[in-house]
Amino acid sequence: MQTLRYLIQKEFIQIFRNKALLPMMTALPIIQLIVLSNAASNDVKDVRLVMVDNDQSEISRALTQKIDANDRFTLVEVSFSHDTAFELMQRNKADIILEVPANFERDYHRKEAPKVQMLVNAINGQQATVGSGYLSNIIASLNKEIQPQLSQTIGSQMAAVEVSSNNWYNPELKYPHFMAPGILAELAALLTIVLSAMNVVREREIGTIEQINVTPIQKWEFILGKLVPFLCIGLVLVTVGLLASKLIFDIPVRGSLFLVFGYAIINLVCVLGLGLLISNFADTQQQAIFVAFFFVLIFILMCGLFTPIESMPKWAQYATIPNPLAHFISVTRKVLLKGSSFWDIRWEFIYTIILAVLFNVAAVWSYKKQQ
Amino acid sequence: MHKQNIIEVDGLTKKFGDFTAVDAISFQVKRGEIFGFLGANGAGKTTAIKMLIGLSRPTEGKGKVAGFDIDEEAEQVKKNIGYMSQKFSLYDDLTPKENIRFYGGVYGLSRNRIKERTRDILKELRLEEVADKPVVALPLGWKQRLAFAISMVHDPDIVFLDEPTGGVDPQVRRQFWETIYQVAEQGRTIFVTTHYMDEAEYCDRVSIMVTGKIEALDTPEKLKETYNANTMDEVFLRLVRY
Repeated sequence: MQTLRYLIQKEFIQIFRNKALLPMMTALPIIQLIVLSNAASNDVKDVRLVMVDNDQSEISRALTQKIDANDRFTLVEVSFSHDTAFELMQRNKADIILEVPANFERDYHRKEAPKVQMLVNAINGQQATVGSGYLSNIIASLNKEIQPQLSQTIGSQMAAVEVSSNNWYNPELKYPHFMAPGILAELAALLTIVLSAMNVVREREIGTIEQINVTPIQKWEFILGKLVPFLCIGLVLVTVGLLASKLIFDIPVRGSLFLVFGYAIINLVCVLGLGLLISNFADTQQQAIFVAFFFVLIFILMCGLFTPIESMPKWAQYATIPNPLAHFISVTRKVLLKGSSFWDIRWEFIYTIILAVLFNVAAVWSYKKQQ
Repeated sequence: MHKQNIIEVDGLTKKFGDFTAVDAISFQVKRGEIFGFLGANGAGKTTAIKMLIGLSRPTEGKGKVAGFDIDEEAEQVKKNIGYMSQKFSLYDDLTPKENIRFYGGVYGLSRNRIKERTRDILKELRLEEVADKPVVALPLGWKQRLAFAISMVHDPDIVFLDEPTGGVDPQVRRQFWETIYQVAEQGRTIFVTTHYMDEAEYCDRVSIMVTGKIEALDTPEKLKETYNANTMDEVFLRLVRY
């Protein structure tokens, strides 16, 4: 145990003496947190729409007004010609063309259920699906407004199902609230994985690891001596990141912070174990960083930060179970936004503990003092 | 094991696939000896030394260092030996003091013992003035002597030196050998590899390795006699030629 103390002490001296490392560990992640939380937004604004009004009726004009009044849409042009509208989309000046056919109003009153046509530029999938969704809502609400007037004149009452939706846990749909905790988890994992993998390999490159291997040091002591300092760095990063998220984005903290930090410790131990495992198989820092990035990229793209895990194919959903990042993000979102208790996130805890044990046992086992 | 022998090696072999780096070498080293382990670059010196200090497992053969089996009791061997490689594995960003403390701690010395050793080493090497400056700023010769002292921080019986004078100028090499003599006088065994043949003259006994095998082993005087040579350099050239 005494040996461990000296290992950790030495690691901290080196970290604090390294002029490049400290800002890299504090300032850069904060900048990333601020930039990414604002930029990585799924919010769709400014959908450019071209209206082709072949009807020129009361209804079609009402529709045009309604769209124009909605701040998510920008009415690029109201035209009479399908070709002009199409030309605009070709030149990437429009995202959606809404075409109202001639005699729309007449058919509507005759209850022939006339159809408006929506042409969506699906190159930007997000813009297309979300935009067309908004537009459908607008058309439906217009429909609802006209219906009662119609039924009064015609005298037949129609039953309508009304759907009202509320956004719980993030009522204003603020994206930074949703993104910041996730990005924070991602940054903590990324930084610690890369730092730990590089650190051990650096000792191998310099040759100090050979000197350590001729001492009677225990393998677990060496691994733990590397793990503890980087765990502390990770926790500092989480703390600073949470503080920044609170101050800048005013993210809600509805659950227990103890829970968040308790989980963060387990999660960091887990990713550090992976980093150390990688370092045991790498001879150079380049090798270590390539392998680390292989894992980090998969973890990030499949962690539910940018694409919801629920909308992945079934196999991919199972593939997120060994992804510590997915659990970290899930925990921060659940506890901070939703106020979840330990029982609600028990599975994240269980999976992460299993992974942490696996990675660290493998790291100790694969660390060879003797070739 | 003979009481006088602190290293005993019998048929020690290391193979990397088809390549035999060390080919069934056998020798003994007596307590208190300065044993020179000579050979050209790539003759297998480093591979052999790594098996003796428990960094590499032998493919075949047996060896005992300080009374412990080098394969089965490697961790016991490590408690009783010091090792200094040609890289002088000090932490450049730590000060001499911190380096001594760290290695002392890793060898499990008590806090008081570490303080004692730190004071002694710094005084002996006259490093008190730079004790709190990062090692990176020290001249190569000082680093080398510090690395040597740190390899003995835990008072080992044997010190293994792997090309300790590589890349150092002749004057500093002379100084370093003086230090080695001082250490040997304290009763420690020195096992030193080198490819500088003039250094062989300083050893009590030398073995000369050629392509994985020990081709000659004796005192420098006897070797010169046997090979009818004036210097160890000539002895070496004769051996390589055959």
